[in-house]
Amino acid sequence: MQAFTKTTGVAAVLNKDNIDTDQIIAKQFLKKTEKTGFGKHLFHDWRFLADGSENPDFELNRPEYKGARVLITGDNFGCGSSREHAPWALVDYGFKTIVATSYADIFFNNCFKNGILPIIASFEDRDRLAAEVLASPGVSFTVDLLTQKLTTPGGIELAFEVDPMRKEKLVHGLDDIDWTLTKNELITAFEAKQKAAQPWLYR
Amino acid sequence: MKKTMYEKIWDAHLVYSEEGVTPLIYIDRHLMHEVTSPQAFQGLLEMSRPIRRPEAVLATLDHCIPTINRDQPIKDSIAANQVATLQNNCRINGLLLFDMQGPDNGIIHVVAPENGFTHPGMTVVCGDSHTATHGAFGALAFGVGTSEVEHVLATQTLPQKASKTLLIKIEGKLGPGVTPKDVTMAVIGKIGTAGGNGHVIEYAGSAVRAMSMEGRMTLCNMAIEAGARAGMVAPDQKTFDYLQGKKFAPGPEHWEKAVSYWKSLVSDEGAHFDQVIELDTASIGPQVTWGTSPEQVMAIDQTIPKTSDFNDAGKQEALKNALHYMGLKSGQRMTEVSLDWVFIGSCTNSRIEDMRAAAQVIKGKKVNPKVRAIVVPGSYPVKRQAEAEGLDRIFKEAGFEWREPGCSMCLAMNGDELAPGQRCASTSNRNFEGRQGKGGRTHLVSPEMAAAAAIAGHFVDIRTWS
Ligand code: SF4
Repeated sequence: MQAFTKTTGVAAVLNKDNIDTDQIIAKQFLKKTEKTGFGKHLFHDWRFLADGSENPDFELNRPEYKGARVLITGDNFGCGSSREHAPWALVDYGFKTIVATSYADIFFNNCFKNGILPIIASFEDRDRLAAEVLASPGVSFTVDLLTQKLTTPGGIELAFEVDPMRKEKLVHGLDDIDWTLTKNELITAFEAKQKAAQPWLYR
Repeated sequence: MKKTMYEKIWDAHLVYSEEGVTPLIYIDRHLMHEVTSPQAFQGLLEMSRPIRRPEAVLATLDHCIPTINRDQPIKDSIAANQVATLQNNCRINGLLLFDMQGPDNGIIHVVAPENGFTHPGMTVVCGDSHTATHGAFGALAFGVGTSEVEHVLATQTLPQKASKTLLIKIEGKLGPGVTPKDVTMAVIGKIGTAGGNGHVIEYAGSAVRAMSMEGRMTLCNMAIEAGARAGMVAPDQKTFDYLQGKKFAPGPEHWEKAVSYWKSLVSDEGAHFDQVIELDTASIGPQVTWGTSPEQVMAIDQTIPKTSDFNDAGKQEALKNALHYMGLKSGQRMTEVSLDWVFIGSCTNSRIEDMRAAAQVIKGKKVNPKVRAIVVPGSYPVKRQAEAEGLDRIFKEAGFEWREPGCSMCLAMNGDELAPGQRCASTSNRNFEGRQGKGGRTHLVSPEMAAAAAIAGHFVDIRTWS
């Protein structure tokens, strides 16, 4: 997993509540056997017209938002199924940070497993950030995980909360597996002890 | 301190714990199938991470494989790709795979116990929610997501929060026509699909002790439908007898030591459970679901409830929606409801006892001409055993189709499915909308009830069957 300490990138606004995992990644794309390559299907039904061309009315298709890294959105983002394809698609598209007023629980957890920082903002802060993007489309925001601050050229400075253990994993680019592997000696010791007591479990 | 079986197993698997950090537990056995594993292997490959204990893994093909013409290439290219991907991943990594044509192939939750792969006291995971089945052996067995499949492959551990404990005591003898399937459905009817949320269930009581291992597997299989993380039954002599001599069971050199360890796992007398629920078998009749959730269930001699039977507005709404989808009405008797399909199979009810019970009911009778009925044994060993006993002939002579093993119509991923509006009596575990095919209507029942319904063409109260 890629480390996340500080990122500066274009912010895009998707002003909707309850964006569910079906909208993030539609179910016709789930039968793939890979984790990558979902970015091109992100928000498929909104992003593309029936003939497969880009929908000019969809926010993320605005030229100013190309290469966006920060997504400003509404309430209860990521609700619906537990499918991990949703964060896979967001990361693959290029998003590093999401700012929403709330998230669905499983989606929120899945973000950290996949190197995305989901920031919870108050309605007021979210609206201020969105207003700045809309006033100057293409503006870049800076998200500093170490100091837990999101700053904008317009002078907004938003302090955010993040669970210390999750922060540590993101900062060091450790996914859960990396973190667990730091306990490798304990696992090996456990196995030795278990093997001595219950040798039939080992072949 | 007095401990429950869950707590004993948990404590025996704790690798690391620290204030404010999710504990890390060791996983003894990892079961696998073709649908939820591909991205896990890909993740390992991308990070060049090896599989920590390949011998702890058992894989099978079950979800999307055809139950007819098994020797021909799979027509659905996406299914074919999933099958080939698992075959490949197992070959490259040296994992044991019960391949499609192999003599041990079958549904993962049928073949693992059949081979003695899951023992009492183990932690067992699978990227599949019905992993709870293995709790029948006194193991802590639960379903995990794809990231966790990858995590277990790489580290043989999982970060896990401890669950609460729920003791369900079922006392008494099961009435005529009442099976473990009816018991597990009646439990869900009583506590609801969220009743077990955050808990691990231990099923106990004289009715559970009297159940065979097959019956206990059926019981634990649907713990997930009660919202529980896992279901379990304390091991006893039946458990040991079932395991002894099985391929992956402890060999004679370890047998006695293993059994004495297993005996020590039983919940201590007076151990504290966070919740206790008691059920009397006298209150349990043969069950049938009328709705689109496993909790929308009743005894076959009852009538479909009406909105005023529920206080909760959510449940009232759910009833209306379910009856609309199912094409049924409040006050109706299920014995008046006719069927298009009967499916006997799935990891809930496809073991040899289920085959015997269903065959017993239909012997010498004919499937109603309006009904299409299929039997899908849980594994090749079940299929061979049934054939050795002549059960296949009973089914075929009655007009049932006798298929190759797999998940088949339980989730209808392999092409065995209902057409919109068709109604099915099914021995599987989920009656969700569209589970057996878009617009399909599923009624969950025991194998005996399904078999009788196939003959009659409508549901029957198995207690009146002759
Ligand atoms: S039989 Fe059904 S419930 Fe069991 S593993 Fe297969 S799909 Fe899942």
